[in-house]
Amino acid sequence: MAVTVSSERDTVASPVQRAFREALYAGAISLGLFVLFIGLKTDQNISNQLILVTRWWLLITVVVLTMLGRFFYIAYGQPFMANQKIANVATGLLPASVASRFFLLPAFIGAIVLAVVLFVFGGALPGLVGDGLAGYLQFLRALAVIYALACVIFYFRAYIHDNFTKLGVTALVLYPILVVGVLSLMSWSFVGGLQGSLKWIDNFGIQILIYVMLAWGLNIVVGLAGLLDLGYVAFYAVGAYAYALLGSHYGLSFWILLPAAGAMAAFWGVMLGFPVLRLRGDYLAIVTLAFGEIIRLVLINWREVTNGSAGISGIPKVTFFGLMTFNSTDPNYIGKVLHIAQSSAYYKIFLYYLILALALLTAFVTIRLRRMPVGRAWEALREDEIACRSLGINTTTTKLTAFATGAMFGGFAGAFFSARQGFVSPESFVFLESAIILAIVVLGGMGSLVGIAVAAMVMIGGTEALRELDFLKQVFGKDFTPELYRMLLFGMAMVIVMLWKPRGFVGSREPTAFLKERRAVSSSFTKEGHG
Amino acid sequence: MNASSIQKANPGMKDAILQVEHLSMKFGGLVAIGDLSFQAKRGEITALIGPNGAGKTTVFNCITGFYKPSEGMITLNGADGSSFLLERLPNHEIPARAKVARTFQNIRLFSGMTLLENLLVAQHNKLMKASGYTILGLFGIGGYRRASAESVELAKHWLEKADLVDRADDPAGDLPYGAQRRLEIARAMCTGPELLCLDEPAAGLNPKESAALNSLLMDIKSSTSILLIEHDMSVVMQISDHVVVLEYGRKISDGSPQAVRTDPRVIAAYLGVDDEEVETVLTEVGDEDVIEQLDIGPDTAHGPGTSSSYLAGPVSDTIGHSEGERVTVSKGASKAAQVDARASVAPRKPAERATAKPKPAAAKSPTPKPRGGRK
Repeated sequence: MAVTVSSERDTVASPVQRAFREALYAGAISLGLFVLFIGLKTDQNISNQLILVTRWWLLITVVVLTMLGRFFYIAYGQPFMANQKIANVATGLLPASVASRFFLLPAFIGAIVLAVVLFVFGGALPGLVGDGLAGYLQFLRALAVIYALACVIFYFRAYIHDNFTKLGVTALVLYPILVVGVLSLMSWSFVGGLQGSLKWIDNFGIQILIYVMLAWGLNIVVGLAGLLDLGYVAFYAVGAYAYALLGSHYGLSFWILLPAAGAMAAFWGVMLGFPVLRLRGDYLAIVTLAFGEIIRLVLINWREVTNGSAGISGIPKVTFFGLMTFNSTDPNYIGKVLHIAQSSAYYKIFLYYLILALALLTAFVTIRLRRMPVGRAWEALREDEIACRSLGINTTTTKLTAFATGAMFGGFAGAFFSARQGFVSPESFVFLESAIILAIVVLGGMGSLVGIAVAAMVMIGGTEALRELDFLKQVFGKDFTPELYRMLLFGMAMVIVMLWKPRGFVGSREPTAFLKERRAVSSSFTKEGHG
Repeated sequence: MNASSIQKANPGMKDAILQVEHLSMKFGGLVAIGDLSFQAKRGEITALIGPNGAGKTTVFNCITGFYKPSEGMITLNGADGSSFLLERLPNHEIPARAKVARTFQNIRLFSGMTLLENLLVAQHNKLMKASGYTILGLFGIGGYRRASAESVELAKHWLEKADLVDRADDPAGDLPYGAQRRLEIARAMCTGPELLCLDEPAAGLNPKESAALNSLLMDIKSSTSILLIEHDMSVVMQISDHVVVLEYGRKISDGSPQAVRTDPRVIAAYLGVDDEEVETVLTEVGDEDVIEQLDIGPDTAHGPGTSSSYLAGPVSDTIGHSEGERVTVSKGASKAAQVDARASVAPRKPAERATAKPKPAAAKSPTPKPRGGRK
């Protein structure tokens, strides 16, 4: 059986030819996908009838953009990336990386100058160039700041990589001071700086740190013990309601109720743990999901105690260890004690340091526990439960301690949450919260504290940053609200990260003990656990 | 090896560390082990051998608590005079209290943890006590630091014995197969066992690795009694002091390696010499029907599967079909029984036997043996 090779068929199509073909495929697929999503829209006409609005131009734009994107990726993107891996024949060196060509010193200086100039004239811009252009200039300013920061990170990447933990903790501790300082300088007044810092400390700092703490707590259950828990928010709710109810009815201090809330959440962790001990994998996930919903439904329906969907308001504020309070009417208000101006920012700054301390406590306990027999048993349980039993490890108590420890930190975070908000309702503890916390753990890399913190910062900080993108209204029209797209971006980010790093930002595992040298264990050896 | 003859002269000299009495394990209607009794003596290597599906791993799973036996008693006599009924202890307490450690036929290491961590996990119970059940250790109170250093020393000791100390900080999943086997043994030894149960430790090892394993086991033997499942006869015959042979869940022979090796029942059942003989005879005679019948594959719906490990899946997977139906091995399947039967019948010429016997077997249901053998 002779094989005839047709020379025409075997010649490899040039990238441009291939790109053309691929672009046609991509266009056909996107047309099929979007013809109903984008091409048609149901709407109401003036007499409240349902009508079908066609948006063919929008559809065509999207399809053409998809085709162009595919074409340029195949024709130029792929060959470029392949070339990056080929060394020069004459010099034997790899071509200069994209990053080192992108982050250049002149560009860095330019970005800094631009940012400073735009900051200085920030207030006067709308008057000078009009609202529309000012929006773009603000965006440009943000880009310049991001570029400058990225340059710094790029050039000091080795140093940052080696000292990430120290640098990270230092940056977190200094963050409120820096924010207040910069904003005071910008508005030339300390009080103005305090007022302006509210958004940055509360919406960004505290919000991110709550999720960091929750994700670190869930990391014990999912990342270390390998038990997939989809109802983690239930423990958050237990902690929040424990403080809300006991604090507002009995007037107990936050400092007493914080451990109590943790203990109650841990108790419910054990309660959940017992029935699910025999379950593994998907079955465990479903039961934990149900548990989360049960807690939420009890909160909604047990009106006599929880006040139902209306929630509990007037939850007392945290005091400064009983020495000072943050209520301006109290005799020992912080402003009166320290003789400083009245501001609500003190409370936020205090809360920021409180949640930072709680999150660092979580990290500290996790790091310590990993080096203790119970932490090793959790990881061994994730790797192989049968082998654990053959070594005399009581898998029942090991799983229960994992559930209880994880739940306890969830409870701490919950108590903090209700103290910060001053109001809790079942709305805050929906399944979506559990899913977000789990997504942060998975994105960060299960078991890795640093990876999870970075993932929380990107995910929560990123969605908060969408609220800042007001200039997009100029591009997409007045009724465009960027924050509505945050879940879409969240999902897109997850897909991209999972394609690029399937085991999360930090996939490798740090061993808990070593004889000669500590070498990270590649993610290809660790297991995800079976529940 | 030759110590076994001395023991026979003085049976009371070495006490039994493990006594298995009338052990039965039934999965629905399938009798995996039927009325099995044997002893393993302290300071000896006892080998448990038998063809695939004979129930060796099931015996191990009963001893180490992964299965609860249907009937029978498994007694472990500790060196300090304590004794445990293993069938009554929960799974995890068998290694912890009765000090029985085991390895697995399909290696079960913590592949994402380093070798050292694997050995530290094995010392869990000791370290838990030392750390005051985590609470004291968390705050650095008590002797956890010292206990932790000691546990690393013990792990290092066993890593050296298993010749793995150079790779102590590598993930266990990165090791070659032979080294993983040795690591699993080292891990089991780190629990400080009195009885070590090894499920096919030499499976998949090359001759050199096999020899290294032998010396490791001989080393362990000085401190710990060993119960061994093995197919590799070079390992079994070289190192074991006592051999128990199973076929279809029943003991067919028990004694020193020499005695077992020459036992005609074992030869028939395990080494399969007779089968070869039968086939050659039949082929010579040219009985095509009989040859065809000999080539029947195993009946997959009944009897044990190709793997004797029931850990591979839930028990119901292997016995789901036998609802109400009692699956027993047809009498003709046990080759040891055939030897017995032959001994009682007046001796005939092999050719006659071979041609005469298959006839009644044709009416019988297919048997679980891959080669139907002589019926």
